[in-house]
Amino acid sequence: MLGRLEQLTNIYGVSGDEGRVRKYLKGALDDMGLAHKTDAMGNLIVHKAGKGRRVMVCAHMDEVGMIVRGVLENGLLAYEAAGLDPRVVISKRVAVGRDDVPGVIGAKAIHLQNREEFKRALAHDELYVDIGAKDRADALKYVKPGDRICFTTKFERLGEDIVKAKALDDRVGCAILLELLKNDYECDLWAVFTVQEELGLRGAKAAVWTAAPDVALVLEGTTANDMPKAKEHEYVTRMGHGPAVTFMDGGTVARPRMFKALQQTAKEAGIPYQFRQGSRGGTDGGAINKALDGCVVGGISVGCRYIHSPASLASVSDIQNAYLLAHAFLQTKKFDEVL
Amino acid sequence: MDTKTLETILTTYGPTGHEDRISSVLRDLVAPYADEVYNDKLGNLIALKRGVSGKKIMLSAHMDQIGLVVVAIDEKGFLRVANVGGVNAPLSAGHQVVFENGTRGAVYFERNEKGVGEVKMNNLFVDIGAESREEAEKLVNVGDMCVFAGRFALMGNRLSCSTLDDRICCAALVEAIQKARSEHDVYYVFTVQEEVGLRGAGTAAYAIEPDLGISLDVTGTGDVPEALPMAVELGKGPTVKVMDSSVIVPPAVRRFMENAAAEAGIPFQREVLRGGGTDTGAVQRTRGGVPAGCISIGTRYIHSPVETCDMRDYENAVKLLCACLERKELPIA
Repeated sequence: MLGRLEQLTNIYGVSGDEGRVRKYLKGALDDMGLAHKTDAMGNLIVHKAGKGRRVMVCAHMDEVGMIVRGVLENGLLAYEAAGLDPRVVISKRVAVGRDDVPGVIGAKAIHLQNREEFKRALAHDELYVDIGAKDRADALKYVKPGDRICFTTKFERLGEDIVKAKALDDRVGCAILLELLKNDYECDLWAVFTVQEELGLRGAKAAVWTAAPDVALVLEGTTANDMPKAKEHEYVTRMGHGPAVTFMDGGTVARPRMFKALQQTAKEAGIPYQFRQGSRGGTDGGAINKALDGCVVGGISVGCRYIHSPASLASVSDIQNAYLLAHAFLQTKKFDEVL
Repeated sequence: MDTKTLETILTTYGPTGHEDRISSVLRDLVAPYADEVYNDKLGNLIALKRGVSGKKIMLSAHMDQIGLVVVAIDEKGFLRVANVGGVNAPLSAGHQVVFENGTRGAVYFERNEKGVGEVKMNNLFVDIGAESREEAEKLVNVGDMCVFAGRFALMGNRLSCSTLDDRICCAALVEAIQKARSEHDVYYVFTVQEEVGLRGAGTAAYAIEPDLGISLDVTGTGDVPEALPMAVELGKGPTVKVMDSSVIVPPAVRRFMENAAAEAGIPFQREVLRGGGTDTGAVQRTRGGVPAGCISIGTRYIHSPVETCDMRDYENAVKLLCACLERKELPIA
């Protein structure tokens, strides 16, 4: 699974441009001998037909990034960003468009800044991607408006238990879901790798109509704010303390039976877990639980430090235990119990 | 409705997503009058009273209430909380809360330089009388929800309680199912998770496919000192919704309600609610669209522990609802 995660996080797949992630996953599914289909929005869907409840397990393929808005006279690219703090993009290396044109996001050097400028964080519309073009015409040879701009950070192991990568949110979910698909479960399983989650759960909103689930599991990378100046009730999750079980987020309030069933599953299987101790932030679960005539959603997340930035961290043991928890839940068939 | 039943409906625990207990109270109250009673996957309680016309009306009042959810417990046993629905942090400090298992708590705030008015949700804590984390964890756990301890107070014609939004309308549905005569199939739906984004009403409407939706909820008033201008006053009758932030009621549906009120001689007020949505919006946008409207009960101090309404408006809301259900012709939006 870690090998898969390395490959998945190194792929560029900003929201709306998930093609390369999907292609990689299709290859993996083909190798596993699993049939799949891609819907009109680009969601990749695997249906493992079986008896019993319709169960949807999903993870989103897209990652936060930017899009080229236009090219200036001097060849710099103006961009639009979603889900990104402008403070994290400055001085980062990026890749633009299908050809992965290298670029950097620059800002005025410290020598040239006056006191006011020094104190104030720059906004996205004051920052530009520099691809080294002479002028607009030169830049347009390599890029065009609408091209996606992606961070290029490579996967790396840090210390014994930590991985560093871009896009851990939500390639950890994709890697776990792929791993789950190696197993057979006694249910009608719909595995969905969704698109455009970061722009408002757009892929899931469509895919849920195909899967029409009774029960859904959402696999996510979530925030870990276990930092020195944060108070305990502001951590949300702690890296290395096990997968996080959701009681509530911005889009769901877990049905108490589901929340309990996930905890019970973890206890029975001896898997460490923590609570996702926040009430905000959304996942595909928010779109899934209120579609059609409703569905019971459970959230299993891996706490990632520095999420929505070019370099986030996650614990390998958390990722493995998240897999084990999802696997155990599907295996114990608690579906009727949670409905 | 007798005062004791009303008080039970108003004071039974049921924050958003945790509506099982209030659902079972309401179920017992409506079951004797319904042809069918069931809960759906999200927990909506649905009581069907069959008619003969082949048309379906979905009535909805939400049974969830706003509350606080425990996000952490500190080493001294204080609970840290986040809001469930639109809870106002400064208005929460100084009140008592109660958990599903009966555990009581006092809400207060980090008393540093700030005045209570500047308090944010993460400056609040709940003291449940525990002296350590271990002791606290015997009573509550992370993820548990508490609600304001409902102080039910009848003040003349007026009623004050933390849960008028929207249990007063749940009571209205309970009364209506006993009184209304309709030739249509009437689905009395007590919805879940309204306070976090109208989540239950949409899934219920999807399954029911109604020809008409009528939601019942509370609405603001403009009749207290220095209130924001709003032409709704307590005691002047239930309101017929024109719009709120989730819905613009089709004029045909609004007229249907206004005609029903006028013909039955029931006083009513028109309602334009500037902030806040209701299940009406979710019902309206289900499937290919549903003609949907809303009858509201004007309520002061909404989303505070002292919500206050007028029982004459409540009585007339029930009458107006029954008058709507008795009409043969349903509006086409």
